[in-house]
Amino acid sequence: METVLFILFGAIAVCGAIMVVTRKHPMASALYLILTLFAVAALFVLRQAHFLAAVQVIVYAGAVVVLFVFVIMLINVPENRLPVERATTMRVLGVLAAGIFILESAVLSRRFWMPKGPAMAVGTVETVGRALFTDYLLAFEITSVLLLAAVIGAIALAKRKI
Amino acid sequence: MIAPSAYLLLSAVLFGIGVVGVVARKNVLIILMSVELMLNGVNVAFVAAGSYLGDAAGGVFAFMVMTVAAAEAAVGLALLIALYRLKETIDITELKVLKW
Repeated sequence: METVLFILFGAIAVCGAIMVVTRKHPMASALYLILTLFAVAALFVLRQAHFLAAVQVIVYAGAVVVLFVFVIMLINVPENRLPVERATTMRVLGVLAAGIFILESAVLSRRFWMPKGPAMAVGTVETVGRALFTDYLLAFEITSVLLLAAVIGAIALAKRKI
Repeated sequence: MIAPSAYLLLSAVLFGIGVVGVVARKNVLIILMSVELMLNGVNVAFVAAGSYLGDAAGGVFAFMVMTVAAAEAAVGLALLIALYRLKETIDITELKVLKW
């Protein structure tokens, strides 16, 4: 059962990701991105990471993709002014390099050893909360500074006159 | 029981597709979405490794990556809006003021 679900959601995630990078209009890409993010959230649930799955849906599929959709609608580039994609030598080489990377990691991941014990619930509210507020407290607090900097930076960049 | 290598392979595939999007596309919006894909692929590896090794750090790091992704999307899209106001284009090959 677990294997079937893993293959199903893994296939949905990969197909959605391929659609994200191949669609012409960014709005279609954004909608396929939501599909991929939901499939990855389902994979988190398979690994007993319920809290991370919830955060994935709320923060990624909720906030980030809504921000993307908002910007796509705000700048509203007309269909005929979307960039025309052409296959230049550099691009084809880049795609080949990415393919080689995937093949290499396919070979390497077969050698990577991890204990095959029962899945530990490391992504639940309890374990993540305990780790965040004890061992990783400083990193967690610095994250708030990062978010503050991002908020101020976004406003300062997008505003016409400050 | 799914082998850990299956998760690592899926993570690498998602990351690789994100790399293709960043390298091969011209549309700035789609490049930003591909960066999100790459970060998500890394998250899959973090969560899988954390749960197989029984280490809470996997979950915490995935959480941090999500925070960074949200901040990156906000700043990146603000930059994009400022650029579009200035240049009226979202074609990355036309944004070459800093190119030598």
